[in-house]
Amino acid sequence: MKFDILIAGVGGQGTVLASRLLAASAIKAGYFARTSETIGMAQRGGCVVSHVRIGDENLSPVIPFGEADLLIGFEPAEAARSIARLSPEGKCVVNTRIIKPVTASLNTVSYEVEPILEFINKNSSHRILVDGYDLAQKSGSVKALNTVLLGVAAAAGFLPFSKEDLLNTIGENVSPKYVELNEKAFNIGASFV
Amino acid sequence: MYKKVIMGNEAIALGAIKAGVNFVSGYPGTPSTEVLESIAENNPGEIYVEWSVNEKVALEVAAGAAYAGARSLVTMKQVGLNVASDPLMSLSYIGIKGGMVVLVADDPGPFSSQTEQDTRHFARFSNLPVFDPSSPEEAFEMIQSAFEHSEQVGLPVFFRPTTRICHSCSTLEIPELSERHKPEGFVKDPRWVIFPSLSYRKHVQLEELQTKISDIFSDFPYNKLTGSGNKGIAASGIAYAYVKDVLTSLDKDIKLMKIGTPYPFPKKLGIEFIDGLDEILIFEELDPVIEESFLELKALNEYKIGVLGKKTGHLPYAGEYSYELVKGAVSKFLGIDTEVKKPLPTPELPVRPPVLCAGCPHRASFYAVKTALKNQKAVFSGDIGCYTLGNAKPLDMVDTCLCMGAGITIAQGLQRIEPDVKHIAFIGDSTFFHTGIPGIINAVYNNTDITVVILDNSTTAMTGNQPHPGTGKTMMKNISEKIDIYSMVKACGVKQISKANPLNQKEAVDAVKENISYNGPSVVIFEAPCIALQKQTNIQAVNESCNLCKKCIREIGCPGMSIIEGKVVIEQSLCYGCTLCSQICSADAIGGAEK
Repeated sequence: MKFDILIAGVGGQGTVLASRLLAASAIKAGYFARTSETIGMAQRGGCVVSHVRIGDENLSPVIPFGEADLLIGFEPAEAARSIARLSPEGKCVVNTRIIKPVTASLNTVSYEVEPILEFINKNSSHRILVDGYDLAQKSGSVKALNTVLLGVAAAAGFLPFSKEDLLNTIGENVSPKYVELNEKAFNIGASFV
Repeated sequence: MYKKVIMGNEAIALGAIKAGVNFVSGYPGTPSTEVLESIAENNPGEIYVEWSVNEKVALEVAAGAAYAGARSLVTMKQVGLNVASDPLMSLSYIGIKGGMVVLVADDPGPFSSQTEQDTRHFARFSNLPVFDPSSPEEAFEMIQSAFEHSEQVGLPVFFRPTTRICHSCSTLEIPELSERHKPEGFVKDPRWVIFPSLSYRKHVQLEELQTKISDIFSDFPYNKLTGSGNKGIAASGIAYAYVKDVLTSLDKDIKLMKIGTPYPFPKKLGIEFIDGLDEILIFEELDPVIEESFLELKALNEYKIGVLGKKTGHLPYAGEYSYELVKGAVSKFLGIDTEVKKPLPTPELPVRPPVLCAGCPHRASFYAVKTALKNQKAVFSGDIGCYTLGNAKPLDMVDTCLCMGAGITIAQGLQRIEPDVKHIAFIGDSTFFHTGIPGIINAVYNNTDITVVILDNSTTAMTGNQPHPGTGKTMMKNISEKIDIYSMVKACGVKQISKANPLNQKEAVDAVKENISYNGPSVVIFEAPCIALQKQTNIQAVNESCNLCKKCIREIGCPGMSIIEGKVVIEQSLCYGCTLCSQICSADAIGGAEK
């Protein structure tokens, strides 16, 4: 078994925690897991990408182009930027709410989301587009966007382990103060599907 | 024992604890930072852990501990090693008693560094062995061997993970931590005093040791041969992981040499590897260190083998390697016709460079300096930290950036050549303690007319909010004496010093004006904590008085502000209520919102 998951977003959106939760769930399900993520300068509102590789110890930590089985996009442009690593049969979950970079605001160039979503539709075989911020807000905080999107992916059957495995992992890996919020967000995401 | 997903830096930390490390020092630098932090977090109680003010100090205190027989670890990034190179070069002659590991993380790419310099050159330069892990799980084992080897040969050793090792995670079985290593204590001996006569003798011994270590390394489990055939591949570090991944996908078995200790090169194993081969291809990120070792082996023994790599144009010198790059090179080498996938052409996507956080108080500091110097010719010398991001538009307030502490000194050089221009240097609080102080002393001593602006955010923010001498906190979880920056600057002899809160723009602009008009070295200290140390309060919103002049968007570049559907909007999840936007709004259209 080999299963590759790519997470793409903007620094500060909680992509690193999402990748850790996926890897921990994979271990719980009895698989070997490896991840690689962006830390440092890129966290300051820049592009961040996390790679989660499940199943084979011989894999390097970075998913090759065209091999990811699942892409979780925290922001439409960032999902589009990473879609080249998705396999032709790959699935994706994309948050439709845009985050306008300062460069776009300054140039007063409009950031058109429609052609980007169209491009994502064209290049993934199964995709779920969701206003993740709206769902996260319903769970109590926009900061829970990451667990909302994991809930969507799990309920859609896009992951190689069960929804329960992932939910248990949230309880074990998230700071106790925020477990309840994250579990709620996960379930709200799951019921979206 | 239990299985856990663990980051490379944490794996190294747990490996060091398992090895019984007694003393850990370092200076934060991506990608090395989390090693020291994880040791502090998992400290069983007896390990001394400190963030030192800079890498030279960190290396020296760790050496002192190792002189007393402790197992010591010092951590930094590749550029930090330049700062520590002075004691390092002498320490290789003096040696140590307790195992000492100098962990220097390299950053191919680079992801967050000024340079792509290769620490293995320092290993060769200083004649010290280097350990180069190829995965987090290997790093866990390897750091334990590094301590043992250091004690065996009486030398500090390098441990050199790269970004993709430090910041990748792997499944690891977490073992029980072993018993502590008990240091013997310092024993007086002339060997600890570096005199010319001793240096000569030590140099002779050091050179002899290189051959001995090379032989030890030939039998090390981190260096191994697998496979067969008449073509061979040698690889180290993360490049080895890509090679293994590629060979698995191509379903090819060829003769492979994995190199975990690139210096001193394991010659005997290298000779065994090339025996019977016509050609070898070498994969290593950054400089051709292993390649040169093979070329040396070939030249000295007059082997006929073809050595391919960077020098023959088969692989690039600069940048990070990837699966695709390795696959392309391996396929060509083996004469296999494989299609290497390329990125898809994407629709036009907005570029998203890193920026100062929404609510960063030092956006206001930059803006105050900019306002105070409006219509005057000025050069802004920046430094290393979050505030290097002050270079982004629309602030555009970083004209130079070289290395830690150099903002202040570069400004002095510029001032001597262009005395009629205003010279402003920016420095953060952590960088001030790192190498800022000597620059300020130099400006005072030589009476150079510059203004230093200290952006004090009460932390080392860029690397993840580490404490420093100005914070009154240590990594031993106790409270220490705070070193007051104002008093330090005063003690350096600066006569004109102002302190201001940048979030009060009027006060901030006045402070800058007062200092730039002073003839001689002056210092403005802008005090306001990093948003990571605060809760979101006083969130701002735009009201109906907005006349869409867009001054807020055009002038301050806050990532929390944008124009959506023709209206200026403040993203509530990002706003920390710094109020800079409301202070500069001429229509009185921005103010506190209900949360």
